[in-house]
Formats: sequence, structure tokens, C-alpha cells
Amino acid sequence: MNRVAAPQKVTQAGFPSQGGTPVRRLFWLPVVTLAQRELVRFARQRTRVIGALGQPMIFWILFGAGLGGSFQSPSWAPAEMTYQEFFLPGVAVMILMFTAIFSTISIIEDRREGFLQGVLVAPISRLSLVLGKLCGGTVLAVVQAVLFLVVGPALSSVGLAPSMTFPLTLASAVTTIGFLTLLAFTLTALGYVIAWPLDSTQGFHAVMSIFLMPMWLLSGAFFPVGESGWLSWVMRLNPLTYGVAGLRQTVYAGANLAGESGLPPMPLCLGVTFLFGLVCVGLAFWLTCRRTSTDAR
Amino acid sequence: MPSSHAIQVAGVTHWYGDHRALDNIGFSVEPGELFGLLGPNGGGKTTLFRILSTLLPLQQGSASILGYDLGSQPGEVRCRIGVTFQAPSIDPKLTVFENLKHQSHLYGILGRSMRERIDRLLDHLSLTDRRNDRVESLSGGLKRRVEIAKGLLHDPEVLLLDEPSTGLDPGARHDLWHYIRQLRSARGVTVLVTTHLMTEADECDRLGIIDRGHLVALDSPDRLRASVGGDCLTIQSSRPQELAVRIAETFGVTPRHVGDSLRIEQEQGHEFLRDLVAAFPDDVTSVSMGKPTLEDVFIDRTGHRLWGGEAE
Repeated sequence: MNRVAAPQKVTQAGFPSQGGTPVRRLFWLPVVTLAQRELVRFARQRTRVIGALGQPMIFWILFGAGLGGSFQSPSWAPAEMTYQEFFLPGVAVMILMFTAIFSTISIIEDRREGFLQGVLVAPISRLSLVLGKLCGGTVLAVVQAVLFLVVGPALSSVGLAPSMTFPLTLASAVTTIGFLTLLAFTLTALGYVIAWPLDSTQGFHAVMSIFLMPMWLLSGAFFPVGESGWLSWVMRLNPLTYGVAGLRQTVYAGANLAGESGLPPMPLCLGVTFLFGLVCVGLAFWLTCRRTSTDAR
Repeated sequence: MPSSHAIQVAGVTHWYGDHRALDNIGFSVEPGELFGLLGPNGGGKTTLFRILSTLLPLQQGSASILGYDLGSQPGEVRCRIGVTFQAPSIDPKLTVFENLKHQSHLYGILGRSMRERIDRLLDHLSLTDRRNDRVESLSGGLKRRVEIAKGLLHDPEVLLLDEPSTGLDPGARHDLWHYIRQLRSARGVTVLVTTHLMTEADECDRLGIIDRGHLVALDSPDRLRASVGGDCLTIQSSRPQELAVRIAETFGVTPRHVGDSLRIEQEQGHEFLRDLVAAFPDDVTSVSMGKPTLEDVFIDRTGHRLWGGEAE
């Protein structure tokens, strides 16, 4: 904390001198206030909800219905697992990714609208700025993914989805939300790193279709990781594979999905996701600390 | 390193790749002064502004605000400056109050103290009844006022304003300058303002004129005008080249080509005007005479107009 004394001047009819200067350099208050702003902005742009939640939901129903017949459940899964059930955690990860991406695109908007430069000249730690953005995005992503995980299986009552084999317990709900939060934070940080140097949302769309979408497609979210071949290696090197696998294991809490030919073990999933997140946050912080000409735009 | 100057800039040079945007700029601003940076768009004043507001790094030279070095103590500087950018920095999706609330939080101001400050500022800027309106619904003039309020929330000792009247109609511009003067007299705030408008430059205590990255003049508006001296004659002619040569032959003064017109500075302008029209009745289409303006100062120092039009 650092208090700064301002000169006290007598006021006549002019602007009130507001008595003592107030500037304190705090760490968490800016984080909370910037995250809160993200949430309020989101709530005021309804179309973003539709984009982030509606599209994956339609994906899930259509792909689930269309590909269901040709799906062979992987060795680690119970034989009666339908494609839609297999796809459920994958779509939840897609929602996390989309929401994270949409909220980090707001960095580009903030830059264009000028809000960002106001934040950059404020006496706050650059880490506060990064964390504020990431926390806001994480909350939005987790809320939407949880909403999907509740609404999706419930659609079986109207015939749009098969009934699920996983039991819903308090333990699985808590660990799932916990893991979703970690993964959402990681993906938001990844989005931040991509969005920060860009100056147009068009640029982001290009990155999204050649980098982020394939990353999701090859994460075991859409189809299971194969046993051999180049594709299986790409998938094993994809950090998001461990995010999807981790989420599957928290959803099926208790069931042993990892093993010889199964999913990567949970500690590995946690470790990779955490490390990937840490690298992204570090990069985000480093990018934000640089004073460059782009920031002045 | 204590310094009695509010702002001190010495030998600042800034490059964008191969382009030198600022070349060895140096000046200082005293506490409580209203200092203007005048120059054409693209002349370098916004680059300088961004360096002073800690957005751009100092590449070469030194600069400090209230004695705090911009390169090594940006945090100290940021606590003490209020910045209003040329582009808006308020969030259009939020209300006036929400914008000011987030701004307060960034400066560590919260709770009752924050609400009191915001209320007083809104009252003072006549924004109280728009408190809960979304910023996107406000007029340009009102948005500017919110920007100003945002810059003032934390009682800055130095206020930096980049082209503050961009997009304002004359009435709103007048109000804005009224606020700026009030602020200075009431609170003793040091103000640095960039502008490309002569009328605004005239409001300042002292001016720095920046053109193509160079500081070409630095003084009070009155003294700058006095430095040009005498009267300024602007002559329109259908054949300016020939006329210039003949004026030089006849009167021994060399007119300056500025755009399509000729310009002459003379001590006894009215006598010269009479002789000129008498000597070249057919070549002079029109001629106007006036005391030098800041634009004349600019032309005198740079050889060209503030808005395009190269002199030869």
C-alpha cells in the first residue's frame, strides 16, 4: 500500500478538493472490479450467451443423433455408452473454450473502445489486470458449462438425448466443478495470450479456426484417442487431451477409466492442465508488462 | 530526485521502426501551469503524450513528472496523473456510475469515500441526472465530461489531456475549457493539453509547437505572436510566382509562398498594403492584413501551414 499526499488547495467556487488523496495501490480490488465488469458486460450482450451455449448444445444434439449409429465405445468406457454420452464432456470443454475465447476477444474490443488504455495508466499491477480478465472469463465459462451438463442430460426426458449411465453424486458434482474451473482458467489464459497482441477480431477468428478448433477436435472430445498412428501422437501431445480426460474422470467419479489402454491417469491430467495454465498465465503477464506501441493504440 | 518542475522532458527521441516520430524534445512545465502542445496531427504530439502517460516506453532521453522518472518509477507517476485520451476510454455498455466505480477501484478508492467523490464530481460536472444512464446513450459532450470525471476521481496533481475537444461542438468545447480553467484556479492542478486548434492553444499559459517530431517554438502565446512582428499580409494572385519576383524587385522583401498565396510580414502593414496595390493593381486579386496569429507563428517557424500546403 502506498499513500500519496496531494497538495491541499483552498476551493472557492471551483472543483472540490476532496480532502487527502486517496490513491492506494491494492492488488485484489482491481482484480475483482475488472472481473465484475466482465460479468456485467456479458449480461448486457445477450447474443454472447446464445453463441457460447446455444451452438454447442445444437452440436451435441445433432452430432449425437447423426453419429450415434457408427460409434464404437472405446475400451475404457462401459459398453452401453452412447455417442451422445461420450460427447457430453467434450461439448462441455467446447463451451469452456468458446466462452473463454469470447471473453478474451473482449481484450481486442477494450483496446479498440479505449477502455484498456485507461486501465494501463492506472497504478495497478499488470498481474491484477491479467487476473481480472481471467477470473471474469472463468466464472462465465464455468457457469455455462455447468448449465450445459445439467440441461443436456435432462433433455433425455423429451427424447432429444439418451439417458446417461453416470450417477450424479455430490462428490462428482464438486470435483467436476473444481476441474472445470481449473480448465476454464487455463483456456481463458490461452485466449488472453492469443488476443493480447492482436488488433482485430478478424485476426482472432483466423487463429480460432486453424489452431483452437483443431486443438479441440484432437483432444479426445469428439472422437476417442486412438491406440497408434500419427494422429494418436498428435492427440497425446495436445495439452487439451488431458483436460478432456480429466473431466471425463470427474464426471464418472469412482469408476476407473484410467489404466493400460484407458485414459491418462487423473494426476497426470491435473498436472498437465495446471502446468499449461501456469505457462499461459506467465506468458499473459509477460505480454502485458511490455510497454509497446500496440498498447498505445 | 526532487524536482521543482511538474513535468520535465529532456532529449526525448522516439522511433517507430525507421520513422523518427520525436527528435530531441525538451521542455518543462511548472506546477499549476496550463501548458499546450500545438501541432498538426501526425506531428508527434500524441506520441509525446503517450510517453508522458506511461503507455509508451522511453527510448532515448529522460522525462519525469513531479520528480518521478517515467522510465523507472511508472507506478509513482501513475498515482499522480489523471489522463484523458483522445479516444474515449469509458465503457459504453456500463452506466456513468459504474464506469466511475471501476475507475475508483483501480485507484484503491472504495466504499463511502468513493460514493461521495463520485457524487460530488457528477454534481460539479452537471451529470447527476445521468448517473444511471448507459454511457452509449450519452451525447459526445456528456461523454467527454464523464471522461474528465474519470481522470479527476483520484485528485491527480497533473492532468494530461489529449485533444480533449475532439468531436465536440463549439458550445461543449467552451464548457470544457471553462472546466479546465476552473480546475486549475481551484485546485492548482498542472494541466498539459495537446491540440491542433489555434483557439485552444490561445487559452494556454505557455505553448510548445511540435512539427514533424521537432519542438519548433516554446513560449507564451502572446510572446510567440510578438516574435513574428508587425502585420501579416496575405496576397492572392492569379500569377503568384511572377508577382513574388516583382515584389522582391520593387520593395526588396521576399514574399513567402504558402499554398497558393503569398505572405509578407511588415512593420507598417497598412502603408505597405497601399503601395503594393498601387504598384500591381492588375496582379493582386485580393489582399488581407492582420496581426499575427498563432498560425502565422507556425508558418514562420516551419515554413508550412498547420493543415497541409507546403511552402517553398
